[in-house]
Amino acid sequence: MRVFQYDRTFDGLLTAVFDAYSRKAFPDALQGEKEPLPLFCEESYLVVTDENRSQRVWKALQKKLSASALSCLTISYLSELPELDMHLFRYIQKAIDAPKSIEINFSDPDVLAVTNIFRKVKYERSRMLQFVRFQKAVDGTYFSIMEPLYNVLPLAVEHFRDRFADQPWLIYDGRRKYGYYYDKEKLTRVTFEEELPHFISGKLDDELLEKDEKLFQDLWRTYFKAICIRERLNPRKHRQDMPVRFWKYLTEKQ
Amino acid sequence: MKEETLEKLRILTESAKYDVSCSSSGTVRSNPKGGLGNTVGGIGICHSFAEDGRCISLLKVMLTNYCIYDCAYCINRKSNDIPRATLSVSELVQLTIEFYRRNYIEGLFLSSGVVRNPDYTMERLVRIVKDLRTRERFNGYIHLKSIPGASQELVNEAGLYADRMSVNVEIPNEGSLKVLAPEKDFQSVFQPMRFIQQGMLESKEERKKHRHAPRFVPAGQSTQMIVGASPDSDKDILGLSAALYKRPSMRRVYYSGYIHVNTTDNRLPALKQPPLVRENRLYQADWLMRFYHFKVEEIVDEIHPDLDLEIDPKLSWALRHPEAFPVDINRADYEMILRIPGVGVKSAMQIVTSRRYNRLTSYHLKKMGVVMKKAQYFITCGELGVKGVNELHPDTVRSFLLPTPAGFKKKKRNENQLLLPFGEDV
Repeated sequence: MRVFQYDRTFDGLLTAVFDAYSRKAFPDALQGEKEPLPLFCEESYLVVTDENRSQRVWKALQKKLSASALSCLTISYLSELPELDMHLFRYIQKAIDAPKSIEINFSDPDVLAVTNIFRKVKYERSRMLQFVRFQKAVDGTYFSIMEPLYNVLPLAVEHFRDRFADQPWLIYDGRRKYGYYYDKEKLTRVTFEEELPHFISGKLDDELLEKDEKLFQDLWRTYFKAICIRERLNPRKHRQDMPVRFWKYLTEKQ
Repeated sequence: MKEETLEKLRILTESAKYDVSCSSSGTVRSNPKGGLGNTVGGIGICHSFAEDGRCISLLKVMLTNYCIYDCAYCINRKSNDIPRATLSVSELVQLTIEFYRRNYIEGLFLSSGVVRNPDYTMERLVRIVKDLRTRERFNGYIHLKSIPGASQELVNEAGLYADRMSVNVEIPNEGSLKVLAPEKDFQSVFQPMRFIQQGMLESKEERKKHRHAPRFVPAGQSTQMIVGASPDSDKDILGLSAALYKRPSMRRVYYSGYIHVNTTDNRLPALKQPPLVRENRLYQADWLMRFYHFKVEEIVDEIHPDLDLEIDPKLSWALRHPEAFPVDINRADYEMILRIPGVGVKSAMQIVTSRRYNRLTSYHLKKMGVVMKKAQYFITCGELGVKGVNELHPDTVRSFLLPTPAGFKKKKRNENQLLLPFGEDV
């Protein structure tokens, strides 16, 4: 068994592809740098991420794949799923070797796996657009926190920037400990040195809330209760469409 | 904005909730500088889901629930003794904006009971959407109900601000409508629909000449029919839907299982439970017409005027037409692949593109997400060992695919007993 170790970045993966072709030796498994090697590993190779090499692979891919297939590769990478990298590696390898694009050959297990993961990431992004809930703070900033399964915040912020262009907001990913702050002009990626209490609970303290905020939260909860038709109660569907993992930060479920 | 708004909002939401439309689809609009909000198009965004499983995309509320009409099926009819309220223009505008800024909603769904006369009511609705669009520079989604009987001028003005407009048919048969809603007839429903369509088509022409000509109801119109309030068959309902979908402006027909809100009215059937299964089958049939290239005559006809409640309409069609099967996955047209029970639009597309590369087998189909439990009786892909619908018999296949009655699904196990897995029952 041949193992390639790399730094688990997208550039690292592309460099791994480059190195495999130049060494004429393709890995059976990919793994992170510090992870212990599997038991029956005959050969291991440490990939040193090199932007020059990764760019060359990317350029080669641009000739072989459509723009939408390329974005499918990069977006699927945001899933951070451990099983993805080998599928991606083989996808890229097949794309380079094949005379015509393989991106719509869904009978290929790697193409299908990458496409399915891509779909999952896109779905998680749309969940983010659905379930972000802002609380207005005294200083006028709209604050929101979420824990998406995949690293989709970078895919979602453009939507919020366009939609809420005239209000300052902060969306924080509680799982990956970073957020984006928008100050009505530019978007900045932010991290905090210490975890503030409202990053853990998801709720701003009463003295931090703008004075009408409580009322609007009550209005929204009232609306949420009133819109439900009692004769049609369907708790299963309710949980299917709005999974319990989101409830912690949803105003109407408090 | 005061505490009493809370009570008003509750009353007016309770009054509006029986209108099932909620979508925020069909318009793409980005936010110009200095404005608030955008619309994303596609299938829209659902921001929450109520405990009845229905999505909450828009702030669905009535301006007032006072009404001069007395329609038998409606909770807000004149003769009902329910709490009544009216929201002021500023309250409604502020509610929409503040909810929107907190990402609770995609926009506003505004409807109203008819007060004084249709034109008076419509005028007030138009004022609110105009305020939202021009003064507040709100670019979110607006769905506006057109009041039956309102004048064309008002509809024309409303269309400039709303993304979608709708008039509800409610009852698919004019005779039944006359009985249940004595003040209404088909004319009062279809006239405003025509106004909306006319406005849309004119604006389309106009925009061909001038790129910046204003858009008119860019997301088209929708309507709703109540299911189970009148003795009409599924053939009547779907026939009317099909006719409505032929119009260039009609995007969605919603079906609303009748809920027995007015228990004292003997013109209506006393249903204990809303007909949810029938409603679900109607939606499935609606999807067949819109995305699966089915004609309404293929779904319901003289011999089968009602949909089969036990199996879905696509499977039902397939069992009535065994001569069309088996379908060869590797050769058949896209149209025919779409008709295989268990194959959806997504997997049909994947099948058609992938088979250019190599022959597909049942293994590939399963991986792509085809429901093989259903599809296996209707396809050939070279190696399948299962007998098809023609060797068995449509009735046999039907019995295989019927949902298992609740309780028979799993063998009950005694929780107190230790269970050793011997390979059979696990």
